Amino acid sequence: MTESILGIILSALLTENFILVKFYGICPFMGVSKKIDTALGMGMAVTFVMALASAACYGVDLILQALSLTYMQTVVFILVIASIVQVVEMFLKKAVPALYKALGVFLPLITTNCAVLGVVLVNVQEGYGFLHSVVNGAAGGLGFTLAIVLFASVRERVDKAECPECFKGFPIALITAGLLALAFMGFSGLKIF
Amino acid sequence: MDIIIAVAILGGLGLIFGLVLAAASKVFYVETDPRLDQLNECLPGANCGGCGYAGCGGYAEAVLNGEAPIGRCASGGNECAQAMASIMGVKAEVVTRKVALVRCSGEKHYDKDGNLTSGARVKAKYEGFKDCLSASKVGGSGPLSCKFGCLGFGTCVKACKYNAIKIVNGVAKVNEDRCVGCMSCAAVCPRKLIVPVEPKRNVVIACASLAKGAVTTRGCTVGCIGCGLCKKICPQEAITIERNLAIIDYTKCDNCGLCATVCPKKLIKDSNVEKL
Repeated sequence: MTESILGIILSALLTENFILVKFYGICPFMGVSKKIDTALGMGMAVTFVMALASAACYGVDLILQALSLTYMQTVVFILVIASIVQVVEMFLKKAVPALYKALGVFLPLITTNCAVLGVVLVNVQEGYGFLHSVVNGAAGGLGFTLAIVLFASVRERVDKAECPECFKGFPIALITAGLLALAFMGFSGLKIF
Repeated sequence: MDIIIAVAILGGLGLIFGLVLAAASKVFYVETDPRLDQLNECLPGANCGGCGYAGCGGYAEAVLNGEAPIGRCASGGNECAQAMASIMGVKAEVVTRKVALVRCSGEKHYDKDGNLTSGARVKAKYEGFKDCLSASKVGGSGPLSCKFGCLGFGTCVKACKYNAIKIVNGVAKVNEDRCVGCMSCAAVCPRKLIVPVEPKRNVVIACASLAKGAVTTRGCTVGCIGCGLCKKICPQEAITIERNLAIIDYTKCDNCGLCATVCPKKLIKDSNVEKL
């Protein structure tokens, strides 16, 4: 049990990192990575939503399986995730204003993030139980945070460095992201026991 | 048949979630002060941070909570301050528009052979990060001979959200029509060269050198040497020399421009004579 959970965490963080290995959620990865602070905020929000969506979609998937409607998983999950994020946002605004302020604009931004949908679909494909699903969601979010914070810190430095005119700005960021992904490919094959 | 079940399930789910969301928005409704939205509407929404708060929203909230005074918004100017005051039910003082001034005249001009004809002398070639803060940290306080002059790497240009600053011959220049006076450039200038001035009050000392006259002259052909000619000629006695640098007291200055005509280094700029 613990072994399989540790395995899930390791693969979600490094070997199967959602951004740098699976290439999900590239949009916020490129868009919100200009500063480490905002990258960290985004990462936290994604982690939170991923864990929550994993838990909720596990329940919804049980219903779909009972009705033998599993072919509708994708579209139903989108619906579930979108409404969960909305409810959570309202709940946080009322109950935990401090957290609402910290997550700020990032919450609605990730409503339709493909990394969130991706983690839910992976849970279903791998046939994870409830605990494993939530762990996979949270670890996947932390993997997202790791990748985006690393990328943001590299980008902050690259912005100051001299680089050829034609590479300035976005092109060099794309190349940086590619190099970072190459580095993460080095983790492939890493296993617990 | 299958398609009907699928549509029904999806439609049903959509309906349920819709109802849950509607219920949640009632249950978790948070009352906000209607004045907050009104205040937000008055502000320009540029989020320049010149007021010292995190964007226009932050400033509006601070004003609402009574933590911040009205009239901090430089880019909104007087109009914005009066509108905010009427929302909050108080009177605001008249806010005058200010623009940024870079207190350095050391534009570098070279002749054909590469010899300096006028401006600040460059004592070393700097090849690090193209950033003023980095450049100013290099041993010997940067690549310029003058310890006070504009380094010209454009840190303020990057900080300006209004695209109002340009580097001309190695010195930052402010476009007064575009500048809204948020002073975010002043915050990033490692030499603290940028100060707010009234836009039409263009008799300004465009130098910040506190070094002795001889040292200033060695480093720059247009540095203030503290000779005091401007102080002597000023009929309003508005100019004082402090630590080898002329300073204008704008409460006394009447913009006559006499000082600009006598300055031997031609670093007192007068908008009546020439546009900055």
